[in-house]
Amino acid sequence: MLGEAEPQWLSEEVKTGTTIIAIEFNGGVVLGSDSRVSAGESVVNRVMNKLSPLHDKIYCALSGSAADAQTIAEMVNYQLDVHSMEIGEDPQVRSAATLVKNISYKYKEELSAHLIVAGWDRREGGQVFATLKGLLTRQPFAVGGSGSSYVYGFVDAEYRKGMNKKECQQFVVNTLSLAMNRDGSSGGVAYLVTIDEHGTEEKVILGNDLPTFFDQ
Amino acid sequence: MEKHYTDSKVKGVSTGTTILAAIFDGGVVIGSDSRASIGGEYVSSKTINKVIQVHDRIFCCMAGSLADAQAVIKSAKSHLSFHSVQMESPPLVIAAASVLKELCYKNKDELQAGFLTAGWDSKKGPQVYVVSLGGMLISQQVTIGGSGSTYIYGYVDAKYKPNMTREECLQFATNALALAMGRDNVSGGVAHLVVITEKGVEHVVVPGDKLPRFNDE
Repeated sequence: MLGEAEPQWLSEEVKTGTTIIAIEFNGGVVLGSDSRVSAGESVVNRVMNKLSPLHDKIYCALSGSAADAQTIAEMVNYQLDVHSMEIGEDPQVRSAATLVKNISYKYKEELSAHLIVAGWDRREGGQVFATLKGLLTRQPFAVGGSGSSYVYGFVDAEYRKGMNKKECQQFVVNTLSLAMNRDGSSGGVAYLVTIDEHGTEEKVILGNDLPTFFDQ
Repeated sequence: MEKHYTDSKVKGVSTGTTILAAIFDGGVVIGSDSRASIGGEYVSSKTINKVIQVHDRIFCCMAGSLADAQAVIKSAKSHLSFHSVQMESPPLVIAAASVLKELCYKNKDELQAGFLTAGWDSKKGPQVYVVSLGGMLISQQVTIGGSGSTYIYGYVDAKYKPNMTREECLQFATNALALAMGRDNVSGGVAHLVVITEKGVEHVVVPGDKLPRFNDE
């Protein structure tokens, strides 16, 4: 077999091939993501934070093509700043999600990114919205990215209504850890963002502090 | 969005399936769903049994192309019964798995079938073996396969514990199959489970309406 002229990562698209999750609890939301960015088979960034702020109390989780996802997040960040100045108060989570949805739907043929939008506002409290392929739907929790396939069974079984903040954080960390163990495109460290009326808390959980399971 | 196509490239009748085997303290549980589909669009059988007995205490589950799997198992059963006559004793579980592996590996270009083999023998007790599509053979404590298995990797990793009791393991297997059937459109129907121990073999069938339900249903 002839050798390749250049390394694979120069010609492959950079994807965040990832695991992202957001869950709502009474009074706020918890978002979580892994930190691996791959270009084909190479890991080009092992510490990327895929939880991107759209506003003080609204974050989004990025998955799919890294460039597309980042661009959408930046555009919506700008649009939301303008919008919140116009209305003179903090924007609603639904507004942020709608802005993301508008871009995802209008350019659905050109883009391949999925953003989960989650945050807290005064009117509806904690909310999670999925915007896959241009739909907009509010859900108690949402998972996305390539790693999410492996944990559908786990989240279906383990999710209960009315979990408190700590339980939600544990649920997110467990789910991310399981997905990162099985999905080749997810890995690295786990980033967690907790948003409630008092503020936004960002946390990093390093690889060796993640929960382990029976075969590790 | 990235998707995982595990069995959808299989032509003809595919078992597009969920299969599972797990060792507990004193035995092994092996189980599957019961749906056979054509092209992922038409359910050709709602009640097919994918757990096949190849010897008294050795069972197999098939995944992939139904035709290929049935042909391989038929051949393996006859090899195995001849082998056990030659040895004058019941075959070891690893013997059954090896027979399947030989067939899968030698014919890897023509076949598209994978197997889980589970059973009990007097030498090593309860065992589970996986024969993958290309003919790799490995031994595991718990294993899942088929298109529906993608969705329950997280659940199985989190919930399986070595040395569970028989009841705990049965519940674990039923839950795992139910969750996979709930998410995979080519898995469904009833859950067929077989419990194999030194004392014997027990079949458990859990009909669709008795399967555990989770939050979203």
